[in-house]
Amino acid sequence: MAAITTVHDPTGFEPETSRRDLSARRGRGDRIFYGGAFGAGIIVLSIMVAVGLFLSLEATEALRKTGISFLTTAEWQPDRGVFGIAAVLTGTVMIALVAVSVAMPISMGTALFITEVAPPALRSWLVSAVDLMAAVPSVVYGLWGLYFFQGQVIGVSRWISSWFGWIPIFAVSGADSNNPIADSTVFTASTFIAGLVVALMVMPIQCSIMREVFSQVPLGEREGAFALGATRWGMIRAVALPFGRGGIIGGTMLGLGRALGETIAVLLIISPRFDINFNILEAGSNSVSSLIALRYSESSGFGLSALMAAGLALFAMTLVVNFTASAFIARSRSGASSEA
Amino acid sequence: MAERGDLSVHDAPDWAVDRPATVLPGIVATRQAPHSLRPLIGFTRDDLLVLGGALLSSTCIGLLLFGRVTPLRGAVGFVIVTFVIFLGVYGLLVSVTERRPAVVNRLMSALMASAALIAGAALTSVILFTLWRGKEALVKTNFYVQDMSAAGPSDPLSSGGIGHAIVGTLIIISIALVLTVPLGIACAVFLNETRHPAARFVRTVVDAMTALPSILAGLFIFATWILILGFQRSALAASFAVSIMMLPITIRSADVVLRLVPGNLREAAAALGASQWRAVWYVVLPTARPGLATAVILGVARGIGETAPVLLTSGYTASLNLNPTKNPTVSLPLAAYEFVRSPQPTLIQRGFATAAVLMVLVLVLFIIARILGGRPAGTLTRRQARRTASRSAKDLARFEAHVAGVR
Repeated sequence: MAAITTVHDPTGFEPETSRRDLSARRGRGDRIFYGGAFGAGIIVLSIMVAVGLFLSLEATEALRKTGISFLTTAEWQPDRGVFGIAAVLTGTVMIALVAVSVAMPISMGTALFITEVAPPALRSWLVSAVDLMAAVPSVVYGLWGLYFFQGQVIGVSRWISSWFGWIPIFAVSGADSNNPIADSTVFTASTFIAGLVVALMVMPIQCSIMREVFSQVPLGEREGAFALGATRWGMIRAVALPFGRGGIIGGTMLGLGRALGETIAVLLIISPRFDINFNILEAGSNSVSSLIALRYSESSGFGLSALMAAGLALFAMTLVVNFTASAFIARSRSGASSEA
Repeated sequence: MAERGDLSVHDAPDWAVDRPATVLPGIVATRQAPHSLRPLIGFTRDDLLVLGGALLSSTCIGLLLFGRVTPLRGAVGFVIVTFVIFLGVYGLLVSVTERRPAVVNRLMSALMASAALIAGAALTSVILFTLWRGKEALVKTNFYVQDMSAAGPSDPLSSGGIGHAIVGTLIIISIALVLTVPLGIACAVFLNETRHPAARFVRTVVDAMTALPSILAGLFIFATWILILGFQRSALAASFAVSIMMLPITIRSADVVLRLVPGNLREAAAALGASQWRAVWYVVLPTARPGLATAVILGVARGIGETAPVLLTSGYTASLNLNPTKNPTVSLPLAAYEFVRSPQPTLIQRGFATAAVLMVLVLVLFIIARILGGRPAGTLTRRQARRTASRSAKDLARFEAHVAGVR
C-alpha cells in the first residue's frame, strides 16, 4: 500500500542521479484486493461454465441413445426410448413467435411515445410503469392470463378462425363457424393465448432497450429534420427509426430470448400435447420449459438425462438469440447497452 | 418567398455602385395565398375537438355495429372494432383541414399513444384483477400468519394462510442475498477495476448467462445438489438455484453502475496516494452506492418472483419450515401456483391473494429501487452531505492543529 509514498524533504532538494523506477509495486492490501476480485470473477465464471458443461454432459447419455432422431421425434416417452423435441421445440418457438410479433409493435409504439410524443411530466411515469411491468412476477401474469385474459380472447380467436381459417395456421379442427355457441373449449389453452400472455412479459424488455436507443438520436439530426419541414412522424421515420434500427432488432431478439425460456405462465395456460401443431388457435401446445417442469419429478435417471437434452437445446437456442441480439445492439450506430 | 425576386442592388456597398448590377433572376410567385406556419407540436383547440369527435363517433359506431355486423364478442373484440373505426374516422376528420403528411403524422401519433395505452391498460388490469380476486382472503389477518397444515382444501378462508410461504420466501431470498451480493459486487469490481485480461471473457459468459432459462437453473441444482450429492430438497437448494438466476442480473447492472463512476474520482484518489483497493473501497463503491443498491434490488425483485427453480429444488409444503437445510420450504410464487392448480374456489382465491402479496412485495422493492436509483452517482442526501461536511471540518481542524504544532 505504501509502496511509492516516500516523501522527500522539500528543503533539501537532491537531484535524482539514477532513473526513477516508474513501475508501481502493489502493496499487500492491493494484492489481497486483486486476489479477492479475481477470485470472485473466477467463482462466477466457474458456476456459469459448470451449469453449461453439466447440462451438456448429462444430456449426452440421452443424445447418444437417440442420435439425430432426437430432433425429429415428437413423442416424449424416455422409458420406452422414444423421445424427441420436435413437438416441444416447435411449441416453444411458436409461442415465442406469437409473443414477439404481438409485443414488438406495442413496445416500439410505447418506446416512441415515451421518447417523442409524451409530455415530459408523463414521461417518467411511463418509464416507471414499463419497468414495473418487467418486475411483475411471471406467475402473476400466468394467473391473470388463465382466469381473466383467456375468457376475453376466446371471442377474438373464434373470429380469426372463422374468417381466416383458410390460412393453415389459423385453422381450428373441431370449430364450427356456423354454430358459434358450440363450445369454446377448442379455443382455450392455445398457443395463441399463451403467446399473448408471454407478449406482456417480454414487452417491457423490448421497450426499455428501444427507448434507450431512441433517446440517443442526435439532437442535430432531429432538429435538421424539423427544420426541413418534417412532421413529427416524418422525423421519426427519417431519423429516429434508421438510427435505432440496431436497437429495435436487438431489443426484439432479447425479448424473443426471454419468451423462449418462459416457464410458469406457459405451464399454467397451455394444456400439454405431444404432436407438432401449427394451428396456433387450437387448444393444446407445449414448450420445453413446461415439459421439464411437468416431468422432472417422475423421471428416472435416463428420463432426467432426456430432459437435460431438451433443456440443452433450449439453452443453445436462447444463447444464439441473445448473442445475436447483443451483436446487433453493439454494432448499431447508437450502440446502446443491452440491459434487460 | 416572393420577396426574393426583388433582391437587387439596394444593399450593395458604395464601391459597387458604378459596376453593372448583379441581377438575380426573378422568381415568379406562383402561389399568392400566404400560408401561416404549420403547428408542429402540441394540441390546438381544433385538434382536441377533432380527437374528441373521432373518439365519440367511433364509440357510437362500434356500439351500433358490435355484435350485429361483426361476429366478435367480448370486451377485447369491442375495443378492437372501435379502435379500427376510430382510426378511420380520425384520419377522415383530420384530412378535412390538413394535407397528407399531417394526416399521416396524426394517425401515427394516435397509434403510438394507443400502444402506450395498451401497455398501461394491461399493467393496470393485471394488478387490479389480482387484487380483486384475492380481496376476500387479503382482508383476513389469519391469511398472513397461519399456514396451510391445519386447513383442508375446502376450508373457508377464515382458517389457514400463507404465513409459511412469506417466511419461506424471506428465508430463500436472504440466503440468496448473502450469496449473491458479495459475489456479484466483487465480480463487477473485477470486471471494471482490475483490467484483468480475463475480465472480457467473464463479462461475455455473464452476458450469456442472462439467457439461461430459469427452469434450467432449477434443473441444474436438482440434478447436482439433490440427485448426485444426495442432499434433501430444501430452502438452501432453492436459494442456490435462485442465486444462479440473480447473479448475472446483479453483476450486469452493478457493472454498468461502476462504469458510470467518473474516472477523475479514481484519478484524484490515486493522485492523493491511495492504493487501488482504498480507491475502490473509499471512493468508487461509496460513489456508486445508490446504483449498486438498485442493482441488488432489481436482482431480488427477479429472484423473489422465480417459481420454476423453487418448484424443482424445494417443492410445495403446507406447513411452516424454519430449517433451511431440511425438508421443502414453499415460497410465495410457488404457493400461488399450487393453490390455483386446484379446482377449489377458496384455494383459487388464496392463490390470487398470494400473488397479490407477492406483487405488493415486488412493488415495494421496486419503489425503493426507484428512490435510490433516481439520484445520479455521487449525489448526497442531506444527511450524508451534513456528515461529509462535519468530517471535512474535523479534518481542517486537525490540519490546522498540526500546522500550529509544527510551528
